[in-house]
Amino acid sequence: MTEPPMNDLPDARVSPRRRFHPSLVWLVPLVAALIGGWLVVSAALSRGPAITIAFDSGQGLEAGKTRIKFKDVDIGEVTSVTLSPDRRHILVEARLVREAAPYLVTDSRFWVVRPRISGGTVSGLDTLLSGSYIAMDVGHSTRSSDTFTGLTEAPIVSGDRPGRQFTLDAEDLGSLEVGSPVLFRRVPVGQVVGYRLTPDGRSVAVTVFVNQPYDRYVTGNSRFWHASGIDVSLDATGIKLATQSLVAATLGGVAFDTPDIDAQAPEAASDHLFVLARDHEQALRSGEADVKRILVRFSDSVRGLAVGAPVDFRGLVIGEVASIALDASTTIGRPQMLVGMQIYPGRLTAAAGGRPVAQRLDDAQVARAVAKGLRAQLRTASLLTGQLYVALDYFPDAAPAALTHVGGVALLPSMAGDTSELQHSLTRIARSIDRMQLDVLSADTRRTLHTLDGALHQADGLMSDVRGQGLPQLLNTLQALQQTLDSARQSLRPDAPLQQDLRDAARQVAAAAQSVRHLSDTLQRHPEALLRGKPGDAP
Amino acid sequence: MLPRAENSLAGTTLRLLSCPVCGQTTRHDGARTLACPCCGTSLAVRKPDSLSRAWAWLVAATLCYIPANVLPIMETRTLFGRQDNTILSGVVYLWLDGSWPLALVVFIASILVPLLKILCLSFLMLSVHFRWRWAPLQRTRLYRLLEAVGPWSMLDIYVVALLVALVQWQSLAMIQAGPGALAFAAVVVLTMLSAHAFDPRLIWDAAEEDRA
Repeated sequence: MTEPPMNDLPDARVSPRRRFHPSLVWLVPLVAALIGGWLVVSAALSRGPAITIAFDSGQGLEAGKTRIKFKDVDIGEVTSVTLSPDRRHILVEARLVREAAPYLVTDSRFWVVRPRISGGTVSGLDTLLSGSYIAMDVGHSTRSSDTFTGLTEAPIVSGDRPGRQFTLDAEDLGSLEVGSPVLFRRVPVGQVVGYRLTPDGRSVAVTVFVNQPYDRYVTGNSRFWHASGIDVSLDATGIKLATQSLVAATLGGVAFDTPDIDAQAPEAASDHLFVLARDHEQALRSGEADVKRILVRFSDSVRGLAVGAPVDFRGLVIGEVASIALDASTTIGRPQMLVGMQIYPGRLTAAAGGRPVAQRLDDAQVARAVAKGLRAQLRTASLLTGQLYVALDYFPDAAPAALTHVGGVALLPSMAGDTSELQHSLTRIARSIDRMQLDVLSADTRRTLHTLDGALHQADGLMSDVRGQGLPQLLNTLQALQQTLDSARQSLRPDAPLQQDLRDAARQVAAAAQSVRHLSDTLQRHPEALLRGKPGDAP
Repeated sequence: MLPRAENSLAGTTLRLLSCPVCGQTTRHDGARTLACPCCGTSLAVRKPDSLSRAWAWLVAATLCYIPANVLPIMETRTLFGRQDNTILSGVVYLWLDGSWPLALVVFIASILVPLLKILCLSFLMLSVHFRWRWAPLQRTRLYRLLEAVGPWSMLDIYVVALLVALVQWQSLAMIQAGPGALAFAAVVVLTMLSAHAFDPRLIWDAAEEDRA
């Protein structure tokens, strides 16, 4: 192998130009740094607020996976799920997007969306597949906050749904629950959103939400009542079944109505306190503003008369018994009961089917009616239960009386009730029974019995006589009779000689009869035989 | 046969250059801008501004390494929700899932290798910068290893690209490449560029100078 001569190698050309400045390559890390810096800055800028939510249970919550949504729009993510130091709650830390910062006010609400079936509605079914998420509802407060307490259940009404909230003061909750419908003329217009016992424990404050277009029907005059269940009433026209919607009948609900809705009453203020009545009737009753108090003094027993018992005017229930007390002013020995009644004059007009209309009933009118014979009377509503009601009626033949006043309250004269009438008749019957001189009657009876006793004794003596004398004679007679009968039987036996003779005799009689017939036949055919003899033995 | 630890007849000392395109060996006088007299390819004794360029690429790669590991490389949207996966979370997932060999592979290929590449390149460049004469042979081997192993870090990107292409069932399940994938690809490419820009002959230059 020969080495090539070194000196033959050509010289390298010197190229005149440079392609690019070598330091230009430093643009690359610069650009990378710029991009990285921009990423960091934008991340820092878009980094939203961090919040802590306390929940009772961490079911379905997972750090880094569970989203936080507002109106189903993703606004954040759970970053950690930890137990609270007191181990009562779990603390969920979440990082929200920057735009969500204004939503974080003190009354914003958070809850975990899970599948839920309640009040005839089904919600959160999508979470069956996608897993739970935390939903948010923005509050109205202006103070911001970063720690919240999660709700255990989804709120029924989101904070921005238009409408108003009212509080109803109920005696008890009935079958209401959160989510029960609020009905106005059977149209569902809202929902029960919550309830709580009042601090004194005497009633339940039910919070209802009425949606926007309908909330204007709620005025200060509105009446709310339990629309739960089915109201069955029996009257002269038959059975009446009154229900609200089927949902309300099964799940309970609140119905409301506003009398004189045309009067353009001002809408009730939000959080106005209403009374939730037991039923429709009570609701309308409680609203009757003009109540007339009337007292009646009864001398009958008021057993069976209860506070709340109806006051009836010829079949119309126009009021109720408000109080029952012993009249302190009555004399001892003749006690009288003072019964206070509340009369709603509006019902007199409402009975025609109209709405209760304010109507005054003044004492002068009542006084005139009393002069015509208007009286109060206790009547039995049910013979089975013995319940009483107060009837107002005209008794033209009642003893004249006038309307008086006790402590400024009209006192209506009363009639003896039908119960006491019944009592009177019973007493009368008892008295006449009493008057029947039962002692005399019983003495007569005793005498008769003595006589009867004597007669029986005599009969007894007669019988013993008969046994002593007559009986042996009778026995002899009977024996003789037996003998006679025996001999009769002997002679009547089939093989008895008498029978045989009789039979023979009968046979001879039959033979005789036959020869007579032969003779008669021969004579009929040959009458000449009588003269000439039989043709066979012709001469 | 092991290469000798020093080269007695280096091209630099003989002032000779070999054209990488036509193979023409030329003489040169040490000027900075040279061209092959035969084919016109621009020639240089050493890669021009080798160290500076390698540093630039490496710095860029290092900068990209951070978002590559922090940002999600894959977004999985299924019926059951959305999930962002960073490289590390993928490794953790695989590890917890029990398939630790796979986790190990992903960890080495996607996290360890780029990191080691960056560290090793920095080490090589620093050694050249400070003209260390220590173990040039081992350093050269390291460089060869770096060059060889470079493309394998693209494994992750390959997997993501495959999944993105395959899993596209609209509402049922969908996988999208995240911004981390871009950064990660950038890391791999930039480290390769850096390794390419680095002239391994510089490792031996220090020893050469010393001898001269």
